[in-house]
Amino acid sequence: MSAPSNNKVVKWVDDRLPIFTMMKHSAIDYPTPKNLNYWWNFGSLAGLMLVIMILTGLFLAMNYVPHTSMAFDSVERIMRDVNYGWLLRYLHANGASMFFILVYIHIFRGLYYGSYKAPREVLWWLGLVIYLLMMATGFLGYVLPWGQMSFWGATVITNLFSAFPLVGEHIVTWLWGGFSVDNPTLNRFFPLHFVLPFVILGVVVVHVWALHSVKSNNPLGIDMKTPQDSIPFHPYYTIKDLFGIGLFLMFYLAFVFWAPNFFGEPDNYIPANPMVTPPHIVPEWYYLPFYAILRSVPDKLGGVLLMFGAILILFVLPWLDTSKVRSCKFRPIYKWFTILFLVNAFVLGYIGAQPAEGTMLLVGQICTVWYFLHLLVLTPVIGWLEKPKPLPESISSPVVKKSGEAV
Amino acid sequence: MADTANPASGSSDGETRRDFLLYASSAVGVVGAGLALWPFVHSMNPAADVLALASTEVDLAPIAEGQAITVMWRGKPIFVRHRTADEISAAQAVDVTSLRDPQTDADRVKKPEWLVMIGICTHLGCIPLGQAPADPKGEFGGWFCPCHGSNYDTSGRIRKGPAPLNLAVPPYAFTTDTSIKIG
Repeated sequence: MSAPSNNKVVKWVDDRLPIFTMMKHSAIDYPTPKNLNYWWNFGSLAGLMLVIMILTGLFLAMNYVPHTSMAFDSVERIMRDVNYGWLLRYLHANGASMFFILVYIHIFRGLYYGSYKAPREVLWWLGLVIYLLMMATGFLGYVLPWGQMSFWGATVITNLFSAFPLVGEHIVTWLWGGFSVDNPTLNRFFPLHFVLPFVILGVVVVHVWALHSVKSNNPLGIDMKTPQDSIPFHPYYTIKDLFGIGLFLMFYLAFVFWAPNFFGEPDNYIPANPMVTPPHIVPEWYYLPFYAILRSVPDKLGGVLLMFGAILILFVLPWLDTSKVRSCKFRPIYKWFTILFLVNAFVLGYIGAQPAEGTMLLVGQICTVWYFLHLLVLTPVIGWLEKPKPLPESISSPVVKKSGEAV
Repeated sequence: MADTANPASGSSDGETRRDFLLYASSAVGVVGAGLALWPFVHSMNPAADVLALASTEVDLAPIAEGQAITVMWRGKPIFVRHRTADEISAAQAVDVTSLRDPQTDADRVKKPEWLVMIGICTHLGCIPLGQAPADPKGEFGGWFCPCHGSNYDTSGRIRKGPAPLNLAVPPYAFTTDTSIKIG
């Protein structure tokens, strides 16, 4: 092992704990495909967002009180009296939405370029685990301001578990610590919301570990074969990631400063009232597609199972996709179905925000069927039938050939 | 020492005392870990002070016919409706076998004019509308849940929408002709 520096202190430490060697290996020398496009920026952006969320959350927690009689007022105090409290809260609240935007783009990048396929199945699983943990953390956090949407969101989501026969009611009582969403519920949601991000951080470390073991996928979806196919992570991708961070921060902070409540619900500025349900309950936007699936089934247990199933089914996607070709670039048919799958998810999201009646309900049901049809039937069948376009010999070859022709 | 260095020796089929000890101690360890886990899990169940909830007494005298009030019991809203003769006859006229959660109206009340129920939708826990005169009451003249569109009739039975069960009837008793004690 070559020491990463001639500095004597660095050498001394590195001989006892090879932390500098490890960092050089995984953040500087890490061989990265040289053809990554901007869709590959979103993983590191999501990592940055996790750090921002943990930091802003830590400082918000210093002024927040997890008690039903004080939670709402303590959040208002953060907004009005705490120095820069408004900034911390708006960074955190909009940060949650940004985190999901980044992660959804990151997931779709993986779907389009086949990043879930061998040998990256475990990497894909870890990503899904992070996504599930994010959904749980986001839900717990949304309850903390103890507004009307907080309270009724908590009531509806915890009641999902009552759909399970026999144990359902016991699970719900256990989650609540009582017979309704009340102080014990709020009290436990706070530490859980605080600790889960660190669990996410742990899974992110393993996610990156798995990534560095199998190496990054790339827009062509073919493996790196020679050293000519790769470039070191630093400085090429560190600088590209930094550029992306600059653009992203402009987008993020535009919301924070000019439309801080764009993603919020006005009803959540009404203190929680256990006696009055708001006329129209909507979850946060990032749950809407799954909420639409839940509501499209006229049976309580069926709806809950289908909703959880919609996410869990993604764990077996690497085996549902029977095509040997990773990137949709070379899959003339599946490419369009993948884009249609995205459109379908957007429609589901729109339906999830509308009252579940009439045409909306019907469209939601059609989209739900399509969601499962795509994954369970179309994905394997198209994989068998489709004739993919010829793959390039290597990551370098198309570029080298082109430049050769130009000369 | 020679024995411990080669634990599998002396047994031709691989089953040794050492294997047994390994399995037995692992099993004890798993059971022990499970027992140690239980206090943590159970600490999240309702605490003694939450369980020791007072019952709620309701004076029915001021509630006029056709009027409904909401009181709180165990942190939950309780609907008390003084039903009109029309509402009672509508509730009694329903063919019970056609219901999703079959219950006669008589099973759900102690006195026909007083309907007492937990006002929580059995779907996902929202509070149905229908208590105030201006509220939508759904297609069956009872209650309507705004969250996912469940319709309840004048006996609080589920008639349409995703909810699986009728609105629950809490334990209560008439203490006098015009007052009840819930819980």
